[in-house]
Amino acid sequence: MSRPAQTRGLVEITDVRKSFGTVEVLHGITLTVQPGEVTVIVGPSGSGKSTLLRTINHLEKVDGGFIAIDGSLIGYRGKGTKLHELPEREILKQRTEIGMVFQNFNLFPHFTALENVTEAPVVAQGRSRTEARKLGLELLDRVGLKDRANAYPRQLSGGQQQRVAIARALALEPKVLLFDEPTSALDPELVNEVLDVMRELTESGTTLLIVTHEMAFARDVADRVIFMDQGRIVEQGTPQELFSNPQEERTRAFLSKILEPAFNI
Amino acid sequence: MSSTATRALLPPGAQGPPPAAADAVPRYSQYHLVGSRHPWRWAGTALVALLVIGVAWSLITNPRWEWAVVGQWFTAQSVLHGLGETLRLTAISGILGFVLGFLLALMRLSGSPLLVAVSWTFSWIFRSTPLLVQMLLWYNLGYLYEKVSVGIPFTDVRFFEVPTTTLISQFAAAVLGLTLNQAAYSAEIIRGGILSVDQGQLEAAAALGIPAWRRSTGIVLPQAMRAILPTAFNEIIGLVKGTSIVYVLAYSELFYTVQVIYNRTQQVLPLLLVATLWYVVITSVLSVFQYYIERYYAKGAVRTLPLTPLQKARKYLSTHAAGKVTR
Repeated sequence: MSRPAQTRGLVEITDVRKSFGTVEVLHGITLTVQPGEVTVIVGPSGSGKSTLLRTINHLEKVDGGFIAIDGSLIGYRGKGTKLHELPEREILKQRTEIGMVFQNFNLFPHFTALENVTEAPVVAQGRSRTEARKLGLELLDRVGLKDRANAYPRQLSGGQQQRVAIARALALEPKVLLFDEPTSALDPELVNEVLDVMRELTESGTTLLIVTHEMAFARDVADRVIFMDQGRIVEQGTPQELFSNPQEERTRAFLSKILEPAFNI
Repeated sequence: MSSTATRALLPPGAQGPPPAAADAVPRYSQYHLVGSRHPWRWAGTALVALLVIGVAWSLITNPRWEWAVVGQWFTAQSVLHGLGETLRLTAISGILGFVLGFLLALMRLSGSPLLVAVSWTFSWIFRSTPLLVQMLLWYNLGYLYEKVSVGIPFTDVRFFEVPTTTLISQFAAAVLGLTLNQAAYSAEIIRGGILSVDQGQLEAAAALGIPAWRRSTGIVLPQAMRAILPTAFNEIIGLVKGTSIVYVLAYSELFYTVQVIYNRTQQVLPLLLVATLWYVVITSVLSVFQYYIERYYAKGAVRTLPLTPLQKARKYLSTHAAGKVTR
């Protein structure tokens, strides 16, 4: 898929390791995502996809390796031969350049849709309320929810909530957007309205990393599909390569389980 | 409903009821619906109504309640002064107690083992000792430590020194005792409220780069308030009446004041009634506050807020009036 060349949003993941207790869930992941690239990560549950995504904005601290966006380390500063963890304030600043959309939306229930979108620009970026409000309404319009700006999350459907969450992530104008199974908590008939919004984002030039089980969507929009299993990248390639001609036995086994027989590639 | 209509509703190929059986069902469309009767509910209601009337009757007619004396003292200068002191103690210890409790709750939830231990120990000590004992200890602090001073530890340098007895007045001892005790309980209430908020909220806020203080006060606390408020108001109402314990310091709040009066006049019951009625008034006012504050924090938690009693009354009046106009 050809897109205009981008200059920002280069993600470099180098030999990242992460353990929970004694279980290592990421066994040294190395991955480079070009600016503006759309990368879809697939794999069985427990394969470490979500954990990998969460290390990129330092929601999970890595136990080894490092992650850099546009050349600057995430969460750490190199000094001599050591990497020192950054103070909270600087980590928060880095996070404003990385948007994240969660499986369970995690909208703030006591804020209206618009307040959800304007909170971070005002509090984290110090923008004026008027400016943030204008931006918020624009973004809600972009996800098709301008008329629900004053509704509380409980008054919205799951699909609408997730679209507000996407608008909220976009409000910081991030270089990189992370989607952690954005449609897994939705009723089947609401999935498409969220995928449509995401499809539109793939044209925006923002670097997208998407963890999903929506294979048809991955085939349509991804520049690259990555198959992870048991904390390792097993195989990667264009959707065509990975879905039509998987090289690894484990990839084939996974795809045969998740793709319906009638699914034509 | 006719048997043909029944069959038409069924999907093609499905088996309808046999025609003979369907024809046997009489037509009910012109029957009136009658709700089932609840005779025992009526009997229960009548019994309770009788009891209520009986209690009210005795309260009004029994001369020993001495309502005239109650009325005479209810708004007396000294009683009102005592009431003011009770309110002052409640407000100060309530606010300070909850602020300190909030800090203790944050300490308890922090990542520092020392802060967790200090917070835990605080709650442990103040919840394990009777409030009465705490009061007397604070008031007699001068016996344990003659002077309170600020200086450099382990040297003779003193910036400031004052005898404990001048520092700890009755009022100071009362506020200190009530505040610290209240803080220990409210810390647990606030901690419970904070724990009830979904962890995903903190994650989302952190992912958006929202600073820690705003995450606590802007995102988590407003949501925790739904769980905190009912128990917190329990505590405040308990504190209103709990202030009566400072009578041991001979502090002239409401309860001590009426005691002083009935010791002089020997009208014990009517004067206790005066204090009781004032506590009822305060609690009732607090309950109204509680209703509206809870309602405020319910925004976003329920799809549509129920009407307040005032709104209901207004709606009733307006529809009632509208009905009259159309007629």
